[in-house]
Amino acid sequence: MNDVTPIRTKAENALLSRFPQVKAGLPGDASIRHLRDDAFASFEVSGLPHRRIEAWHYTDLRSLLRDAPDLAVVPPAHVVQRAAEHASVLDQVPATRLVMVNGFYDTNISTFGLPAGVVVKDMHTALGQSEPLIASHLGAATTTPDPLIALNTAFMNGGVIVTIAPHTKLDLPLELRFVTETVDAIAMAPRVLVIVGEGADVTLLESHQGPDGVAYQTNAVVEIFGAEHSRIEHVRLSAGGNHAVDLSTLAVNLQREANFRSLHCITTPGLARHQVFASLQGEGIAFDVDGVALLSGTQHVDTTLAIDHAAPGCTSRELFKTVLDAQATGVFQGRIMVKQIAQQTDGKMMSQAVLLSDDARMNNKPELEIFADDVVCGHGATCGALDDDLLFYLMARGLPRVEAEALMLAAFVGEAFEKIRHDGMRDVCEALAGTWLKSRSTATKQA
Amino acid sequence: MLEIRNLHVSIEDKKILNGLTLTVHDGEVAAIMGPNGSGKSTLSYVIAGKPDYEVLDGEILLDGQNVLELEAHERAAAGLFLAFQYPLEIPGVATMSFLKAAMNSQRKIRGEEEMATADFMKAVRAAADKLGIPQDMLRRGLNVGFSGGEKKRMEILQMALLAPNFCILDETDSGLDIDALKVVSEGVNALRDPKRAFLVITHYQRLLNYIVPDTVHVMAHGQVVKSGGKELALELEATGYADYKTLAA
Ligand SMILES: Nc1ncnc2c1ncn2[C@@H]1O[C@H](COP(=O)(O)OP(=O)(O)OP(=O)(O)O)[C@@H](O)[C@H]1O
Ligand SMILES: [Mg+2]
Repeated sequence: MNDVTPIRTKAENALLSRFPQVKAGLPGDASIRHLRDDAFASFEVSGLPHRRIEAWHYTDLRSLLRDAPDLAVVPPAHVVQRAAEHASVLDQVPATRLVMVNGFYDTNISTFGLPAGVVVKDMHTALGQSEPLIASHLGAATTTPDPLIALNTAFMNGGVIVTIAPHTKLDLPLELRFVTETVDAIAMAPRVLVIVGEGADVTLLESHQGPDGVAYQTNAVVEIFGAEHSRIEHVRLSAGGNHAVDLSTLAVNLQREANFRSLHCITTPGLARHQVFASLQGEGIAFDVDGVALLSGTQHVDTTLAIDHAAPGCTSRELFKTVLDAQATGVFQGRIMVKQIAQQTDGKMMSQAVLLSDDARMNNKPELEIFADDVVCGHGATCGALDDDLLFYLMARGLPRVEAEALMLAAFVGEAFEKIRHDGMRDVCEALAGTWLKSRSTATKQA
Repeated sequence: MLEIRNLHVSIEDKKILNGLTLTVHDGEVAAIMGPNGSGKSTLSYVIAGKPDYEVLDGEILLDGQNVLELEAHERAAAGLFLAFQYPLEIPGVATMSFLKAAMNSQRKIRGEEEMATADFMKAVRAAADKLGIPQDMLRRGLNVGFSGGEKKRMEILQMALLAPNFCILDETDSGLDIDALKVVSEGVNALRDPKRAFLVITHYQRLLNYIVPDTVHVMAHGQVVKSGGKELALELEATGYADYKTLAA
């Protein structure tokens, strides 16, 4: 007998029994219920993704996910209040803030009054009200079938829908702040749509924070639609709790002459899989996605990119920097696909990793899939320790090893931060890296 | 005072220093000359604390303290400075922030106060002016894209700022044009002090016309094979190393 019935893990069983229990209570009309059922059916067939599935080879979610905690509910006022009291590294950046507590948008602790041209709808409400933007946009940013998107679609209950009117130029960034406020493990599945009109110019910040020591799970899906000539900068900070599972997908869909750049900075969560799916649908798009991951302890952080050049004359740039200490594991998977129609594509992808410990591991898998003949595409991946001769040069000038390393590492990740257009955010990211490097040097001193 | 006694050093199982003994007193300028591959740079690295070397025997004392027990940064804080034969380029590390970090780290190790930023900037500017280093070079990545001569000047700038009491100059003259050689030598001479000693490694007598040594030592096969006064350098210029190559073997 060849067909082995898969043995379900604890987490899979929890998810399988949960969906029928909660689905009646999840927001949505008949068409949404249908979406959820379809999405969940695909999970029922395949279960959690595991290492025999190529895209999940280095992140065996089936074995890494120990459990699937209860789905978060709309938080009561006192929980929201506590969430509002947490400081964020983004507090110093003036912005219009949309705050999600345990995945649910809360207007009381969000910025009062939105700039002209910006409309925000609560996803929880919108799902229950046959919102036309959901029918037109939800799930439309990418056509890539994906298990995380499917699970999010089955359980989605919070988040926001943001529309930016054509030609709006926002003075302040728009921040999507996700705060997890809980003492018990909970699961969250927020869904966000950001629909940027033609010629609009926006900076989007996305931050994720939550308590240490709590095994909460987030599976967020953010879909960004950039119309023709839109100009979007997106900066995502993932600073979840040290026991958190942070699964997330950013799906970007761009039209002609759109200019999109994004930086993803990951520091704390225990287990993270961060996916970026980009679909370049019109000519002359400039797309740039960069990342910095600073990992220590037993963290496992996976960044998976798929850039689909579906129109001629677009450029894409990816620069990912990973620093791994202790027993941390890093994964970078990047795929550039160039469709036959996408002539004059210019794509460059680079993943660079620095290993600070013998026990740290980095898995790099860049790929090109090219069906057009007139393209310039390249990718590269490096992985290694810091240069001992350079370290000695710095130490010979009086810097202790960790401080010499810190200088070199700040320079290493600084190359990605330099590409951030928003000055304040560049400072925030550099400060985050600085804090990480400092905590390393204190840890070394104590050891 | 630096005392090196019977130093035996190997790297990757290759013996480089073979019982080297050398004393440099406070205020002294000692020159080391010797054929390529005789172990001069190795000696300078071992004194500065480069980890790759295995010290098999012997000791190195700086003012009586055994520096072999110290890590490179502690040796720097104790007053040792090595001007590298080949200064390294460190992209992304701004020269100014590096200088400041180095300076303050040494002070911290010695239990001294950090230097105020304004004082620091003033000190850097003054030292840079003396060595003919333009300000915009200080804003670039450390040594990145600097010419060979510029890198050597930058080494002397660091030496002037960190004010060590034992300075090793490993072929600081190579790669310098005639004018730069003068500027750099003046920079070094300005630092000469009864409490500060120098170990100047060079292949050329010319440098020693500018930085006049008190003693000259010939190194061959990982040993000091002859010592003398400044006239020894002139002698070597005339005769070469042929005699010494056999002497130590
Ligand atoms: N990492 C290494 N592995 C093996 N041999 C080495 C290593 N580093 C240096 N050596 C050898 O040690 C010897 C001494 O080298 P060193 O650089 O100290 O010479 P030097 O006297 O400074 O020469 P030069 O005048 O050319 O600068 C040389 O034979 C060199 O090849
Ligand atoms: Mg040498």
